[in-house]
Amino acid sequence: MNPELQGRIFAPVAPYLVGREKVREFARAVFSTSAINTDPDAARAAGYADVVAPPTFPVVVQEATLAQLLAEPDGGIDFTRVVHGDQRFTYSRPVVAGDELTATLAVTSIKSLGGHAMVTAESTMVDAAGDHVVTSISTLVVRGDA
Amino acid sequence: MISTGSISGGGSTTEVGDVIGTAEYHIDRGTLVRYAGASGDFNTIHYRDDAAQAVGLPGVLAHGMLTMGLAVQPVVEWLGGDSGRILDYQVRFTRPVPVDAQDGATVTVTAKVGALDDAGARIDLTVTFNDETVLGKAQARVRLE
Repeated sequence: MNPELQGRIFAPVAPYLVGREKVREFARAVFSTSAINTDPDAARAAGYADVVAPPTFPVVVQEATLAQLLAEPDGGIDFTRVVHGDQRFTYSRPVVAGDELTATLAVTSIKSLGGHAMVTAESTMVDAAGDHVVTSISTLVVRGDA
Repeated sequence: MISTGSISGGGSTTEVGDVIGTAEYHIDRGTLVRYAGASGDFNTIHYRDDAAQAVGLPGVLAHGMLTMGLAVQPVVEWLGGDSGRILDYQVRFTRPVPVDAQDGATVTVTAKVGALDDAGARIDLTVTFNDETVLGKAQARVRLE
């Protein structure tokens, strides 16, 4: 992996429009039993504009930013050797259906550990007004030669 | 600031060390296909044994993000279903969850209050498969009302 990736900030990816049915589909896939994840009336009764995305939903939006990282011509990251190490979501407010999220990726850390390389990448997501919604932080482990 | 006192949340008094939820989730290959479609993660190691074995794995594994996604559900239920009160959620993927074609896999979650402060609580999750933990440092920060 190219150590000069550290500190690199990528171009924002195309805005992601959070759809109600996508939120429902994701909620079912992670065993959510919360009515506000699937029922717009329950969500509105709880004070939200529409169905609320489950806590790990931003991984769907993050996908396009990590694809940028893996495709970076000088990155030197072998996709077939990548393992997900850590994941974190830090919210300013919940994601709700109707949000248009724009994600920007930054590589915040690159480390070597016992022949493996670890890259930490943050996808910062803002809404259509430019206000911060959530930051999705992934550490990927790139396994060295066995 | 972390205190060891008690706080009123979810209609009852909460204290550090309280177990606020436990759950078992049965995962089968269909669960993985459903998560792949919902998340957009179509890595073949999550639905093809031959693809998993080609990279040295015993067979199909659950998506780590599926395990992360279901492990927080007992916390959401404790919050009365208000997933919007989860401010921060992190995990470390320490061990894979193999999903047998016939038997699937059962993941067990225990959620315990790790810390309390004026702003809310830190909930610590213990997530196991076959009596071994599969997530490390699994913590959710939640807002209490």
